[in-house]
Amino acid sequence: MNTTLYTRREWIALAIVAALILIVFPVTMDVFRLNLVGKYLTYAFVAVGLVLCWGHGGILSLGQGIFFGLGGYCMAMFLKLEASSPENTAIQSTPGIPDFMDWNQVTELPFWWVPFKSFPFAAAAVILVPVVFAYVIGAAMFKRRVGGVYFAIITQAIAAILTILIIGQQGYTGGVNGITDLRTLLGWDIRTDSAKFILYFVNAVLLIAVLVLGQMVRMSKFGRLLIAMRDKEDRVRFSGYSVADFKIFIFCLAAAFSAIGGAMFTLQVGFMSPSFVGIVPSIEMVIFAAVGGRLSLFGAVYGALIVNWAKTSFSETFPELWLFAMGGLFIAVVMAFPNGLAGLYRSHVEPFLAKLTRKSPPSPAPDTAPVEAVKLAAE
Amino acid sequence: MQQTNPASTSKDFLLSVEGLTVSFDGFKAVNDLSFYVDENEIRVIIGPNGAGKTTVLDLICGRTKATAGSIRFRDKELTRMREHEIVHAGVGRKFQNPSIYEDLTVFENLELSFPRGRGVFGALAFKRDAEVVSRVEEIAEMIFLKNQLKTEAAILSHGQKQWLEIGMLLIQSPELLMLDEPVAGMSVSERVKTAELLHRIIQDHSVIVIEHDMKFVQDIAHRVTVMHQGKVLSEGSMDHVQHDPKVIEVYLGH
Repeated sequence: MNTTLYTRREWIALAIVAALILIVFPVTMDVFRLNLVGKYLTYAFVAVGLVLCWGHGGILSLGQGIFFGLGGYCMAMFLKLEASSPENTAIQSTPGIPDFMDWNQVTELPFWWVPFKSFPFAAAAVILVPVVFAYVIGAAMFKRRVGGVYFAIITQAIAAILTILIIGQQGYTGGVNGITDLRTLLGWDIRTDSAKFILYFVNAVLLIAVLVLGQMVRMSKFGRLLIAMRDKEDRVRFSGYSVADFKIFIFCLAAAFSAIGGAMFTLQVGFMSPSFVGIVPSIEMVIFAAVGGRLSLFGAVYGALIVNWAKTSFSETFPELWLFAMGGLFIAVVMAFPNGLAGLYRSHVEPFLAKLTRKSPPSPAPDTAPVEAVKLAAE
Repeated sequence: MQQTNPASTSKDFLLSVEGLTVSFDGFKAVNDLSFYVDENEIRVIIGPNGAGKTTVLDLICGRTKATAGSIRFRDKELTRMREHEIVHAGVGRKFQNPSIYEDLTVFENLELSFPRGRGVFGALAFKRDAEVVSRVEEIAEMIFLKNQLKTEAAILSHGQKQWLEIGMLLIQSPELLMLDEPVAGMSVSERVKTAELLHRIIQDHSVIVIEHDMKFVQDIAHRVTVMHQGKVLSEGSMDHVQHDPKVIEVYLGH
């Protein structure tokens, strides 16, 4: 098997993504725009998770907002407690608790908020809470062999329930407004331009790390098993694999990626609210992955950037039309180019580039074609 | 019950199926079925459509859970095990329609069936080392696909897909292989090659085959079990069952 070519191409793609988000954007954009791109990139974490879980593993989750939100809320809880020092909240009837609790006649910090005073705890919770939640959902569903559209609907229902819960428990969660007015991270003011600049880079480096990790999973036997499971689940089972364990793992990994995105969202944008948890944001996240190409990790980054950029510019001019445009986009992608931008790139741009760079007669070595191209051909 | 091995429960059979029953909403697809398979035996199960042949294989490999009865493989009770544990115990199953990973190459199909790195973390850490490569090549040669290792499985011919799935079982080194209609849809020359392959396989495996092609059955079977309405109708050599009046009645009587 010639995997070196495959690997080299993928590393070049990674280098391009890295150059774009680490050099091109910071050089060409002001802090406001850069912060906006940073926000878009937090969705790319979710989309990368979906590429593995949905594109490769065939597990369509319409509830990734759950994990994005849980990660974001864990970070927001820590930041909110830091912003709610007794001095800052002296005018409240109960100083030292978050303002929304005070407004809702809560007089004592709930016990489950207390550990979030510790940064190490909160940082661990950002990953662990969503992963444990994903494990519970995954174990309950996959061990019972619930899959396909049923799984998608259940994840969507859970996203809806979580939103209702957050909004309903206003005194403990900040309700529909979410957790706002976040100020400092361990004493470092995150609202300044320089902090936004630094957070952008932290976010970008984390995203690249997640891409590398995702790529390693994809290149391992685990990655090939994901594709095998998507196509012939029974065959995998009767080759001696516990299919449920593999599905649970990839679902938890996608949840962890989403959670990192959510936490970085909170840090960069300065608040977290239920509008990033529910059904609509969860479906939007699937659209980012679909537009980028559900089999391409790097495509997911471009998908998140382009769709969000379109959303921002479009919804400024025609706010009420955006949801229709988004729905239309999703249908168009699924019908016309099911492998998204990455698929278009491979079928159109790549052969063109190959023609340009290859002066000697092309030697189309089909046996060295990447798995990706093979998959495209099969679809 | 018409049993040819009534008093031999204690003998060391590779597989002992006893009193096996499965009921789907009251319909007994397999009804109090018993049979025994020896080591290095090719056992062919035949019978009219709906006799419960495929259901028996489903029960042995854990795809369907038995309502009653026992399936003992070596000293393990398979009815209480999960599918992948049954595979680990040494039972391989080939499905009626070729069940392979169409998006992967022949090499990758075989590699995924190689019995190492079967846990989540084992699969993440799995390395394609010399042992894997040489084993894949060895199996590929056996199943006549040595020159197609880099071919995407989707473009193989129907017969080659059947062989690939048999190869995916062989690379697991199971003690018992169960093949559901391995020559269905094959050309005459492919059938001959498949028979040749099976003869090579039984040198160190036991095989249960479901097959309709009588000429092929005659060619490979050591013993034949005839099933009808979820029960064993007759059992013995091909010659024996062919002349059994009950078998003739079932096949020709209506």
